[in-house]
Amino acid sequence: MSVAARLPRWADVALLPAVTVASAFVVAGLVVLAIGQNPLEATRILLVGAFGSWEGLGYTLYYATSFMFAGLAVAVAFHAGLFNIGVDGQAYVAGLGALAVAHALGFLPAPLLATATVLAMAAVAAAYALVPAWLQAKRGSHVVITTIMLNYVASALMGWLLVRVFIEPGQMNAQTSRLPPGSDMPEFWRIASWLGADAPKTPLNLSILLAGLAGVGVWALLWRSRLGFRLRAFGANPAAAHYGGVSSTAITLQAMAISGALASGLAVNAILGQEHRLILDFTAGFGFVGIAVALMGRGHPAGIALAALLFGTLYQGGEELAFDMPSISRDMVVLIQGLVVLFAGAMENAFRGPLAAAIAGFGRAEPPAPTSVAAETRADG
Amino acid sequence: MASWLDLVYLLASTLRLSTPLIFACLAGLWAERSGVFDIGLEGKLLISAFAAAVVAGATGSAWAGLAAGIVASILAALVHAYASIDQRADQVVSGTAINIAADGGTALLGNALFSQGGRTPSLSGAERFHDVVLPGADVFSGVPFVGPVYKFLLSGQSPLVYAAFLVAPLTWWALTRTRFGLRLRAVGDNPAAVDTAGVSVRGLRYRALIVCGALCGFGGAYLSVGQAAFFLPHMSAGKGFIALAALVFSNWRPMRALATCLLFGFLDALSTNLQGADVPFVGAVPVQFFQALPYLLTIVLLAGFIGKATPPKAGGRAYVKER
Repeated sequence: MSVAARLPRWADVALLPAVTVASAFVVAGLVVLAIGQNPLEATRILLVGAFGSWEGLGYTLYYATSFMFAGLAVAVAFHAGLFNIGVDGQAYVAGLGALAVAHALGFLPAPLLATATVLAMAAVAAAYALVPAWLQAKRGSHVVITTIMLNYVASALMGWLLVRVFIEPGQMNAQTSRLPPGSDMPEFWRIASWLGADAPKTPLNLSILLAGLAGVGVWALLWRSRLGFRLRAFGANPAAAHYGGVSSTAITLQAMAISGALASGLAVNAILGQEHRLILDFTAGFGFVGIAVALMGRGHPAGIALAALLFGTLYQGGEELAFDMPSISRDMVVLIQGLVVLFAGAMENAFRGPLAAAIAGFGRAEPPAPTSVAAETRADG
Repeated sequence: MASWLDLVYLLASTLRLSTPLIFACLAGLWAERSGVFDIGLEGKLLISAFAAAVVAGATGSAWAGLAAGIVASILAALVHAYASIDQRADQVVSGTAINIAADGGTALLGNALFSQGGRTPSLSGAERFHDVVLPGADVFSGVPFVGPVYKFLLSGQSPLVYAAFLVAPLTWWALTRTRFGLRLRAVGDNPAAVDTAGVSVRGLRYRALIVCGALCGFGGAYLSVGQAAFFLPHMSAGKGFIALAALVFSNWRPMRALATCLLFGFLDALSTNLQGADVPFVGAVPVQFFQALPYLLTIVLLAGFIGKATPPKAGGRAYVKER
């Protein structure tokens, strides 16, 4: 990292992510060509599916809400130098918080019950994220390995609970009974109907406002608070942060707890917003989309919001595309997701050098940094 | 667990379930002993399983399928190598990218090619690996105790099962008894020292990742052309991650990796066998418990409560020459 070519700030913030993401789409377009379809036509169907109707838009934003939470969760941990691959598992167990509190406090009036349920879900997810955090801080187990393992543990645990313990009596499907309606995050079509208006029925619900608030909150936390400064300092240079008085144990626990709490938003959107009951695998792997979203958004809430919207578009539009072009299944979106992680995450430095050279080639922008280029060639040897 | 024969069947199924784990785990071992983390084992298993099934179906030869699986998996390993060695990318990000892209890409192409929701057509005859019948398996099967062991355990396995059991000692031998292996382990612990001795860190790590890709190729091909007779989307079902757990559990040692994979394979076989059955003193044990057990054991081990995990010292970091 230290020897990567320097870019002017505007290029670093806007151009580089645009180029890496565009590359992912070019590769995806070549795959579409190889399958024997027209990539431009595919893109058109995808965009119409995602934005061409109020219904499509509702679904696009519903997906984007989940991805926003997942991306923020990954990003907060990333700023502290921790790779939280466990967002999916943390969101999954957050469902238990919903089950416990929504039923136990079912007597509360609607807004209070929903608030209490959301907080309980955040607490459960944060607690689940604290396990790998504590293991890393105190026992030296790498958080990447433990969060992967805990995803599978969560999946087994929830599978058992849903199939054997909390299954709705008389149900064949592994799902719980409906949560008390007071815990619902109201859908927008429901709100519209209260106001006497008619809106298409989509799962888009108030969680999207929560996601926006979470985005602002994460920005304020990271760049406007003492904890955020410590967190970023620890991520940038743990030794220096330690010297500056940052406790590695405390910061690891705090970062992972916040990350886990954000992960629960995905469950809030899916459970309180749409399903209103726990079902098997309700996270649908969206926690992993968070990795692509966080990398593409470069760890900044504004970028994450854009990236979440892009992936929301892909998920909703991809569904329409699979309908119109059966040879391009929804798995296309997962492939694009992987390519985005590859190009925006892993290969970024490969784009950095040529971009810096291109910008310098346009003259006057910024002189090339000869030392860094020389260092790069030497380091490759 | 009624009879001797049941136990033999259980052990035979352990061997079959362990085989992909052994290949993937040793693949990870090669990568990580050279200092490159590879959480992309799962993705490489899938890519290889897909390529093997498609090519075996197209050519009519399981061996061609195996070769295709190995080549495809090596290509994926080279992407990881380029990103993490040359571009000094975060190795976890690079591995994750391969896992996700493989998951989506294989299902997409499988669906586009065969329009069966990603499943490839069933393989039959020479298109898949058949069980090797050792001489006299039937003749001796009547011999008490030893007969069934010979017939169902030692004989009657896919060629790739035998290969998996050869790869572990070979890996041990190559890593501990050859010059290449010594250098490879050194590059995982102290790349600067290897560099100072005039040996290319980059070259060694590339070679380690190619071996890693080849071994994942065997494991993936076994899934689709050995164990099953088709490719199914997501058919690796977390085996790459169990292999990763086994790698940590075995403390990055080849023969222990073999033993750990057998243990995890045994748990898997047991969970299928015990489904719905009552275990003495405990009652019915949920199948999910056995699914989670390898991961729980690894977490406990990693935390240092039983034994201690000591990964290669330079693992996960790109090597940058000092300036």
